[in-house]
Amino acid sequence: MTVLDEGIARPRPAERVSAWVTVHDWATTVDHKKLGVMYISSALVFFLIAGLEASLMRIQLAVPNNDFLPPTTFNRLFTMHGTTMVFLVGMPMFFGFANYLTPLMIGARDLAFPRLNSFGFWLFLFGGLLLYFSFLGGAGLYGAGTAPDVGWFAYSPLTGRAFSRGNSTDYWILGILVSGLGSTATALNIATTIITMRCPGMTWGKMPLFVWLMLVNCLLTLIILTPLTAAQVMLLFDRFLGAHFFDTQAGGSAVLWQHFFWFFGHPEVYVLILPAFAIANEIVPVFSRKPLFGYPFMVGATVMIGFISMSVWAHHMFVVGLSAAANTFFTASTMAIAVPTGIKIFNWLGTMYGGKIRFKMPMLWCTAFLFSFVIAGLTGVMLAVVPWDWQLSDSYFVVAHFHFVLIGGLLFNIFAAIYYWFPKVTGRMLDEKLGRLHFWIFTIGFYLTFTTMHFPGLLGMPRRIYTYEAGRGWDTLNLITTLGVAVQAIGLLFFLWNVGRSLLRGDPAGDDPWDAWTLEWSTTSPPPDYNFETVPVVHSRRPLWDLKHPEDPDWKYE
Amino acid sequence: MQGRQVARARVTGAIAAAFAIVAVPAMSAFGADDAVRAVPNMFAPVSTPANTIRELSFLVLGISAGIFVVVSGVLFWCVYRYRQQPGDDREPPQVYGSNPIEWAWTIVPVLIVLILFLATARTINELQASEVPPNALKVTIVGHQWWWEIRYPDLGVVTANELHLPVSSADTKRPTYLTLESQDVIHSFWIPQLAGKTDVVPNRRNLMWVEPTETGTFLGQCAEYCGTQHAKMLLRVMVHEPADFERWAATQRKPATTDTAVAEGRAIFQSTACINCHTLDGTNADGRFGPDLSHLMSRTTIGAGAATNTRDNLRAWVDDPHQFKPGVLMPAMKLDTPELDKLTAFLLSLE
Repeated sequence: MTVLDEGIARPRPAERVSAWVTVHDWATTVDHKKLGVMYISSALVFFLIAGLEASLMRIQLAVPNNDFLPPTTFNRLFTMHGTTMVFLVGMPMFFGFANYLTPLMIGARDLAFPRLNSFGFWLFLFGGLLLYFSFLGGAGLYGAGTAPDVGWFAYSPLTGRAFSRGNSTDYWILGILVSGLGSTATALNIATTIITMRCPGMTWGKMPLFVWLMLVNCLLTLIILTPLTAAQVMLLFDRFLGAHFFDTQAGGSAVLWQHFFWFFGHPEVYVLILPAFAIANEIVPVFSRKPLFGYPFMVGATVMIGFISMSVWAHHMFVVGLSAAANTFFTASTMAIAVPTGIKIFNWLGTMYGGKIRFKMPMLWCTAFLFSFVIAGLTGVMLAVVPWDWQLSDSYFVVAHFHFVLIGGLLFNIFAAIYYWFPKVTGRMLDEKLGRLHFWIFTIGFYLTFTTMHFPGLLGMPRRIYTYEAGRGWDTLNLITTLGVAVQAIGLLFFLWNVGRSLLRGDPAGDDPWDAWTLEWSTTSPPPDYNFETVPVVHSRRPLWDLKHPEDPDWKYE
Repeated sequence: MQGRQVARARVTGAIAAAFAIVAVPAMSAFGADDAVRAVPNMFAPVSTPANTIRELSFLVLGISAGIFVVVSGVLFWCVYRYRQQPGDDREPPQVYGSNPIEWAWTIVPVLIVLILFLATARTINELQASEVPPNALKVTIVGHQWWWEIRYPDLGVVTANELHLPVSSADTKRPTYLTLESQDVIHSFWIPQLAGKTDVVPNRRNLMWVEPTETGTFLGQCAEYCGTQHAKMLLRVMVHEPADFERWAATQRKPATTDTAVAEGRAIFQSTACINCHTLDGTNADGRFGPDLSHLMSRTTIGAGAATNTRDNLRAWVDDPHQFKPGVLMPAMKLDTPELDKLTAFLLSLE
């Protein structure tokens, strides 16, 4: 608490503290900003690991009948890649940004339950480490393997004792279960904070859209993680206590698992993508120099997405033999969700229209996101067309589709967010030149890989095969896909170099480098432990605009 | 049925022409006219369901292409027209939104979605198998880790990995109805040129149908991850003229050969673990874990497509199948060289 005595907080002068003190400080912190940074950095480390796993798979698939990897290793890699990217990269990225930014944006000094926040983070991290420990400790029986190899959605009965010996599947269950408990805790925490701790004047209608989306997302997380956790416990009962929920040899149901899993799994896709929308909602207006077009409609569309996303899960199951009536219903609900998603895209375009767009790094990434997301949305509609889905399901077309969503949608916006808020978090700017190299190389690699990847799917290539026969029309396409991965990896190196270099010698950022409008830019960079010296009072959605333009404040029009 | 297809073909024809600019129809050129259609291209259908799906997909692609051009066009135009001009630091007019515009871009997508939904719902009801027509050929497919058991209950034929079907022509329509069952985990039956895929789920019986209209060999493979060798669970469909199909079925119905020249190999087969997993009619071998070997040499591949069915491959497979298909559930038989030769000679006699 010595910081209080220093008066106005600035980036602290570099006083020498021992490494042990620093480690102890971070390990025991309950500060939402430090936990946010730890969430995001852990997610980045897991991202690099899962990216490496993907690269190994792409080397294996570059040419037909390749024997770079044995099948068992390949199967572990795609399981770990998917599980990691969803649970240990996407989710913690969401919680990291929500953690860091929500209190700052609503003028609060921390989350509602700081110690629960710390608990949630450590559960996530240890859950992730438990999952990765499977590489060392997974072999419960001789020859039974190490890391999980059942795919990230772990379809039964492949996960049953009969088909998955040893303990690899148990690591999958427990790792995700533990980190899921952490996610539940943090979601509860952030939702409570948003509901109860907004600064004076910040009514529901004046909350930044970022915060609105975080609220919807946290509530969604609370609802959907429950069935996943329940299903995982049932699977543990099957594996250890002789229950038969999913044991088809004893009358259990394989399809039941799919209902449980996808009731979690599809809303989960929205849990991953809503933070991306939240980021675009902040960046697109600031760099277009206009308020977000149609704020009430954006809130409405978000709430709609939250609700509808819970009625679309069986579109992952169009090929399991549902009735025609069920197939028709889930087509309708799946297509319906395209409408609010479309409204969001149109409102971003409406924000850019008539603006004076500054193409700094954050806006470049958001623009690339908009373009990719149009494609991702349209291939999503194609997959909702049930008869066509009977062809496309479980093919490389699906893999290409959801990578457009998760890379072109989520990751592009995470990069945007990192370029945008890095100055606030560290007090230093990221380098624009290195940033541009990162942007162009990475996006070119991305389009090379994932645009190409649609086509082997159309030519009948199923996903999750460790090798394929020559002469099926897939050879060249797969080679191009693999080359694109190498290009992306080079782009990523520029990003890492940029972050490392800027941390040490980046230009000082100042409090408000982007001339932005939300409350986090009113405090110092980095913000002091207590965030704001005095609790701010807001009158509009853009409090800093009001301060900068007293002659033309927002609250007159809202 | 016919009239409706013509009408729809007219609508989709125009869209397909527009779509020709994009790469996909170019891919239809792959695999034309060969006896074996090497490319399992869903846009080169040879069967009624696959054909109907392609028509629907062209409608969806056409609408999607239109939306893509408009939305990305607006995006690029905004990027070009509204980028900040050098030296211009003034703020643009602050516009907060417009209710009429919001309603417009809500209602238009709703209408587009409605059209897509109606087209989809109609095709679902047209294609989803409900009851089996009386003249249909009935086949039961049983998924195993990692091969396909194929049974023709009405013909008394059992085979594996290669599905033989009669062609359906305009004057003698004969669809095939497939009952899908699984012995172990979930698999998925997929021949892109014949129909969409249907999962093969244990403890559940799924039904799908195909109606091939051209003869030839069409390729596919398991489409649901089913364990270590999911990648080598390949499928071939041989579509024959009706007479050829009947001839093939008659050969398959014949009892397995009892050639005395290979009696030694036969004795080895019957006295080793082979019989635990394989069936060979006329012997004590009645296992169900592995494929029925009664007419092994009538098949073009072994190991569910892992290798072509030649003498050398067969011998090497029996010696150690893992060199073709690591992780396969058949163990290496560890026979000495003379035994292996005799056994191979016996297997080669199973026409």
